[in-house]
Amino acid sequence: MRTHHPRASAKLPARFRLGLVALVLLAAACGGSQPAATSTTQAAHFPLTITRPDGVAVTITHQPHRIVSLSPTATEMLFAIGAGAQVTAVDDQSNYPANAPMTKLSGFQPNIEAIAAYTPDLVVASEDLGGLVHGVQALNIPLLLEPAAKTLDDSYRQLNELGTATGHVAEAGSVVSKMQSQVRTLIALVAKPSRPLRVYHELDNTFFSATSATFIGQVYKLYGVANIADGAPAGASDYPQLSAEYIVSSNPDLIVLADTKCCNQNLDTVAARPGWSAIKAVRSGQVVGVDDDIASRWGPRVIDFMQAVAGRLQLIETQAA
Amino acid sequence: MLGARAGARPAVLAGLPRLPRLWAAGGVAAVVLACGIGVLVGPVHIAPGTVLQALFGGAVEPGQANILWSLRFPRVVLGAIVGGTLAIAGAAYQGVFRNPLADPYLLGAAAGANLGATVAIVLAPGASVIGINLVPMAAFVGAGTAVAGAYVLGRTVSGLRSATGLILAGIAIAAFFNSIETYVQQTHSESIRQAYSWILGRLVTAGWDGVLLILPYVVLSAVVIFLHRRLLDALMVGEDEVTSLGISVRRVRLVIVVAATLGTAAAVAVGGTIAFVGIIVPHTVRLLVGSSYRVVIPLSLLFGAAFLVLADTAARSVVAPAELPIGVITAFLGAPFFIAVLRSTRAAAL
Repeated sequence: MRTHHPRASAKLPARFRLGLVALVLLAAACGGSQPAATSTTQAAHFPLTITRPDGVAVTITHQPHRIVSLSPTATEMLFAIGAGAQVTAVDDQSNYPANAPMTKLSGFQPNIEAIAAYTPDLVVASEDLGGLVHGVQALNIPLLLEPAAKTLDDSYRQLNELGTATGHVAEAGSVVSKMQSQVRTLIALVAKPSRPLRVYHELDNTFFSATSATFIGQVYKLYGVANIADGAPAGASDYPQLSAEYIVSSNPDLIVLADTKCCNQNLDTVAARPGWSAIKAVRSGQVVGVDDDIASRWGPRVIDFMQAVAGRLQLIETQAA
Repeated sequence: MLGARAGARPAVLAGLPRLPRLWAAGGVAAVVLACGIGVLVGPVHIAPGTVLQALFGGAVEPGQANILWSLRFPRVVLGAIVGGTLAIAGAAYQGVFRNPLADPYLLGAAAGANLGATVAIVLAPGASVIGINLVPMAAFVGAGTAVAGAYVLGRTVSGLRSATGLILAGIAIAAFFNSIETYVQQTHSESIRQAYSWILGRLVTAGWDGVLLILPYVVLSAVVIFLHRRLLDALMVGEDEVTSLGISVRRVRLVIVVAATLGTAAAVAVGGTIAFVGIIVPHTVRLLVGSSYRVVIPLSLLFGAAFLVLADTAARSVVAPAELPIGVITAFLGAPFFIAVLRSTRAAAL
């Protein structure tokens, strides 16, 4: 039974934050146990074995050429490391790059039969929803899990792992080193702020945010900016829902809106919220909108997100000077 | 609760107890106390003296004044209005359907509101009409549509002579709306978090706009329900009792359902589908004070208001500065309390 809507991907702009959404919903279930660093065999000599975060060893017998990706981030990674031509089908939220073979497959409500119909020789997903792992395993199709990154190092490791799995070890390595050098450049560019700055990162207009335990939060940490979401108690989610009172009283210097597409938020809508016009960031116009997709995927485009934030931080410094 | 009153039939309109003064005073005190706690406690610590100063027009540091006047005070007022409204709507539904399990969502109001809100969240994110966010409006319309649908359907099935036909129609409508709502949600997984947040209930921080938005509807709803509290007592004895007064049961039922739905729709528009308030508050009043609607309606209004203000205070404080959905609190605190009341009074009132 197909459970998804035929129109969904065609008619409406694909806006994807599945990783985050599912992470929030499954935070308890997933426990927060960080996968041990995945070990890979040497270079791209098939067959090879990759140890998945869940401890299962996945054997890939030959270089895959019919890959199905159910994760928009994995899709971006696969295309970035030159494995795009080997990708047969991507899920309904994988809207980047434009030439990715988007289908009606869902990574959120995966349909094993529909996936099998593409006769994949490798399936990549960000999490095990709806019995995905069990179902794909039963068909003897290798499946890799690349869960939402908690740090940029997680992103690098996933890129390298996908490079190994698809036979693009060198390209993956160069994507990673390019990202690493860009990150270094950006951090150097953003001089340590002359006074401590606070940021509020908004995931949607019900005030869900991201703490420093996420790759989003790590970006702010690298820039030396305090993240108000870190005020949430340790037991709460890495993506806590903050109260408006707390946000207003935290008086952030910068508000980053990662809900420009999902919820059409901008400086004006934020300023119109009751009580928010008193926030420093709103008064000084330091409310920056970023593309929801870019700011919620931990692939190579995380650099674009970092650039947007860096630009705004420089502006704040200039304003202060 | 029906059997116990059967013998009191002839006296029903004259002899039942009036609202005990002590309980009325207790209800008012509960509201005042709850609101006091509500304005004093929050994720941002503000000294009680400062809060009182702000309340009584004194000069307060602008940052704190902003938090109190733009966010905390309107939210407490909203909580009181929503809680009181859901509680009397629940009481009215229980009376009009002579069914102790009836809640304000019995005829599909929650399913309709959820569908309306989800569709608005998915199709027109962040949109507003004449300056008001579209989501509450869509929820209001959805709730109204679902109940109207149930009413029309129930009428064609049973001609409304029996309440059962109407309840079954409501259940069918709710299931139907729920299925569409789930479908819309599943096909727009990127909006699930917002839709989920809505469904679990949350007093949206629309400031005083939210209060003003729903005030006319909840006032109208409350007035109509209050005016019908004697007829609800008559209905409790039996439909013949109402008919013998020369009043059409159908009409009474229609008027009360419309009034309760109007209030419920307004409440869910700003608070989401907050669970349990409409059930436990009226029943607690029945168990502790008495089952005449002349007692149940006014006391449900007061204790419902107090209960929701306290629940919301917990929702914004327990994991501060993060928030919990208010529905989590109402059921988590409400269920054990209700069971305790039930155990201590079971023989007397049921």
